[in-house]
Amino acid sequence: MPATLHVAASAWSDAGIKFGNSLGAIAGFLGILLLIFFAAGRATGRFAKPLAVLVMLGPAVLLLVVGLVAPLVRTVFLSFYNADSDRSVGLRNYDWAFTTDSIHTVLLNTALWLVVAPLTATGLGLALALLVERMRWQGLYKSLIFLPMAVSLVGAGIIWKFVYESRGAGQPQIGLLSQLAVSLGWEDPPNWILTQPLNNFLLIAVMVWVQTGFAMVVLSAAIKAIPDEVTEAARLDGARGLRLFWFITVPMIRTTLVVVLTTVMITTLKAFDIVRTMTGGNFGTQVLANEMYAQSFTQFDVGRGSTLAVILFLAVLPLVAYNIVQLRKERETR
Amino acid sequence: MTLRPRLLAVPAVLALALTAACSNSSSSNGGGGGSAAPLTGDCVKYQAYAGNSGKTVTMFASIRSPESDSLEKSWAEFSSCTGIKISYEGSPDFESQIQVRVTGGNAPDLAIIPQPGVLAQMVKTGKVVKPPAQTEANQAKWSPIWKTYGSVNGTFYAAPMSANMKSLVWYSPKAFKAAGYEVPKTWAELMTLSGKIAASGSTKPWCGGIGSGTATGWPATDWLEEVVLGTHGGEVYDQWVSHQVKFGDPKIATAMQTVADWMQNPAWVNGGIGDVKSIATTTFQDAGAPILTNKCAMLQQASFYAAQWPKGTKIGADGDIFAFQFPAVNPSVGNPVEGGGEFVAAFASRPEVQAVQNYLSSSEWASSRVKVSSGWVSANQGVDKSLYTDPIDKLSAAALTDPAATFRFDASDLMPAAVGAGAEWKALTAWFAEGQAIPKVAADIDAAWPQQ
Repeated sequence: MPATLHVAASAWSDAGIKFGNSLGAIAGFLGILLLIFFAAGRATGRFAKPLAVLVMLGPAVLLLVVGLVAPLVRTVFLSFYNADSDRSVGLRNYDWAFTTDSIHTVLLNTALWLVVAPLTATGLGLALALLVERMRWQGLYKSLIFLPMAVSLVGAGIIWKFVYESRGAGQPQIGLLSQLAVSLGWEDPPNWILTQPLNNFLLIAVMVWVQTGFAMVVLSAAIKAIPDEVTEAARLDGARGLRLFWFITVPMIRTTLVVVLTTVMITTLKAFDIVRTMTGGNFGTQVLANEMYAQSFTQFDVGRGSTLAVILFLAVLPLVAYNIVQLRKERETR
Repeated sequence: MTLRPRLLAVPAVLALALTAACSNSSSSNGGGGGSAAPLTGDCVKYQAYAGNSGKTVTMFASIRSPESDSLEKSWAEFSSCTGIKISYEGSPDFESQIQVRVTGGNAPDLAIIPQPGVLAQMVKTGKVVKPPAQTEANQAKWSPIWKTYGSVNGTFYAAPMSANMKSLVWYSPKAFKAAGYEVPKTWAELMTLSGKIAASGSTKPWCGGIGSGTATGWPATDWLEEVVLGTHGGEVYDQWVSHQVKFGDPKIATAMQTVADWMQNPAWVNGGIGDVKSIATTTFQDAGAPILTNKCAMLQQASFYAAQWPKGTKIGADGDIFAFQFPAVNPSVGNPVEGGGEFVAAFASRPEVQAVQNYLSSSEWASSRVKVSSGWVSANQGVDKSLYTDPIDKLSAAALTDPAATFRFDASDLMPAAVGAGAEWKALTAWFAEGQAIPKVAADIDAAWPQQ
C-alpha cells in the first residue's frame, strides 16, 4: 500500500523534525545558560554580588513560584468558589468538609493512618535494625526487607488485594490470607476488605510493608554510627539489654528516629494510591488525598477538591517544618 | 561596566532566534493544500471532503489499542484519499485528562466523549465548537432522542459515533439446554426461572460484581436504571435523570426494592463467589466467569462484556455463551433498551476538522467501521445490518435501531458528576456491601445533588 507507506514516511520525517527541534531548543538553552554564567563570572565590583545571587538563586525561586507558590495561592482562592469556579461561596466548602458524615470518616481515617502507619513502620524498622545488626547474612536480610520499597504503592496495593481476596464458604479460596485462615481451621473467614474497621488496618499494613525497609536502613546506619566507647562505657557501668537500648541507643539516635517518623508521616498523609487501587475509597476506607482527587477529577467539583487540598496542606505543613528542623539538628551533631 | 549588559543581550537574542528558526520548520511542513482537485478511482466517494490535503487533525479519546487500531483502519482510506491525517491518541484517564487539557489551552481538535455529562462539562468551558451543518444533517439517521444526548441546553454540539447496548443478560445456551430451561421473554418468566434454578441445587441463578477500581458501583447503577426504565417507562426515567423525580420518590423506591429482591436475594446470588456482600468486592470483569463452570446461570451486563470471556469461548445461540434482552419489568413498557454511546465534539472549526467531523457522522464511515471488526455497533439507520458478523452485535444493532424501542441513555452518565460519578456509585456500593436500608441509600444520593 503506497498510501500507508507515504503516511509512515511522513510520520518519520515529522518525528525527525521534532527531534531536531528538541535538540535545537536544548542547544539554544545551554548556550544562553553558558553566556549568563560567563557574564556573571566576569562581573566585578558592586554588581558582582547581586548578579551572582540573581543567577544562582533566580531560576530556583522562579520555578518555586511557578510550580508551588502560584498553584498554592490559586488553590486557596478556588476553595472559596463553587464547583465551576465561577461564583464565590464563602466558607461553604469548609462547612461541607467539617460537617458531612462521609468527610468525617475521611478525616478520622486519615488521622488513623497518620498515627498507626508511621509508628508501626518506625517501630518495626527499629526492631529489625537491632535484630539484624549482629546476624551473619545481614546484607541479605536487609535487602529483602528493603525490597518492597522498590515496589510502587499502586503495585503494592494490587499485590495485597490478591492477598486479601476472599470467597464464600465452600468455594476454593484464592486469597493467601483466607487460605491461611482456612488451613488453620477457620471454616468461614470474613470478606476481609469489607470488614470494618479491620479493613483500614489491612490497608495500613500495606503502607507499613513498604516503609519498614526504609526505616530499618536509616536507623541501622544511625545505630552503627554510635561510638563504640559510649556503649563500652555503659557496659562497664553494668547496662545490659533493654537498659542499654533505652538509655544509650535511643537517645543517641533520637534525631534520626524523629526524622524517619516524620518522613513516613508525610508519605502517609499523601498516600492515596493504596486506597485508590484496593477499595476505591469504599467500605469506609476513604482518606483525604484520595477524596481530594475524586472530588476534583471525577466529580469535577473544583471548589470542594481545593478545600480538601488546603486542609491536607495545612496538616502536612507542621510536619514538614518539624522534619526540616530535626534534619538541621542532625547535620549539626555530625 | 556599561558594556556588559549589552554584550550579554546580543548573543542571548541570537540564541533565541536560533531556537525560533528551528521550530518554524515544523509548521512550514505540510502546508500545500487548498485547491479541491477532483479525486479519481476509489477515492471519488470522498470528493465532498477534498481540498484539505496535507492537514492534520488531532483526536483524543478513551479508546486504546487494540480497539483503536480498528478505528484507525476504518478511516485509513479516507485519510489516504483526502490527504487529511488523523493523529489519534487514546488515554485510560480520558475523563479527567480532557478536562485538564481543554482548560489548560491544549485541547485536541476532536474528542470522542463517552458521556453526555462530560460533554456538558466541556461546553461549560466555552471551548466546544458547534458542528457543521452536514454533521447535523447526518445526525437525522439516528433516532431523535440521540440528538438530545449530543445537545447541551438545547444546542446541538456533538454527533454520536457509536452505540452500545446495556439491556442484556448473559447466559450459557449449553447449560440452559442441558437443564431444559427456556430463555425468558418477560420479567415474570425471568423471576420464575431464577427461583427454579435456585431450587435445583448447586447452581445459583445470578452472579454479579460491581467492583471497578475508583468507579466501583457503576454496574449497580445499571441494574437500577434497567429496572426504573422497565417499570415506569421513558418519561419517569427522564424526570429521574433531571431530579424532578428524586431517589427518595416512591417510584424509585419501588424500583430499588425490585433490584433488592433480584440481586440481593441470598438464595439467588452470588453464584461461585460468595454471599450478597461479595458482589461489592467482585470486579465486574470477574463476575461472569462462574457461568462457564455452571456455578451461576445469568449475569446482567452490557454488550461490551463479550470481550471478557476467555479466548476460545464460543459466543452464539448454540455456543458456550450468549445473551438475551433484559425483559421489561412492566409488560406495558414497550421494549425498553438502555444503552450508551460515544459523541464526537470539536474544539476547532478549521475546514479539515469539519471534514473529519462530517465523515465520522456519515453512514458510510459507520459501515466502514462495522466491516473492520466486530464488537462495535452503530444506531445509524443507514448501516446495512447484514454487515454485522458477531451475534451479539447483531442482537444489539437490532434493538438499538428498533423504531418501537424505548431507548434511553445510561442515567448515571447523564446525571451531574457529583451524583452519577460520585454519590450514586458510593451509596449503591454501600447498599450491597453494608446492607444499608433503601431510604438511607436514596437520601444519601439526593443530598449530593448539586444545588443550583
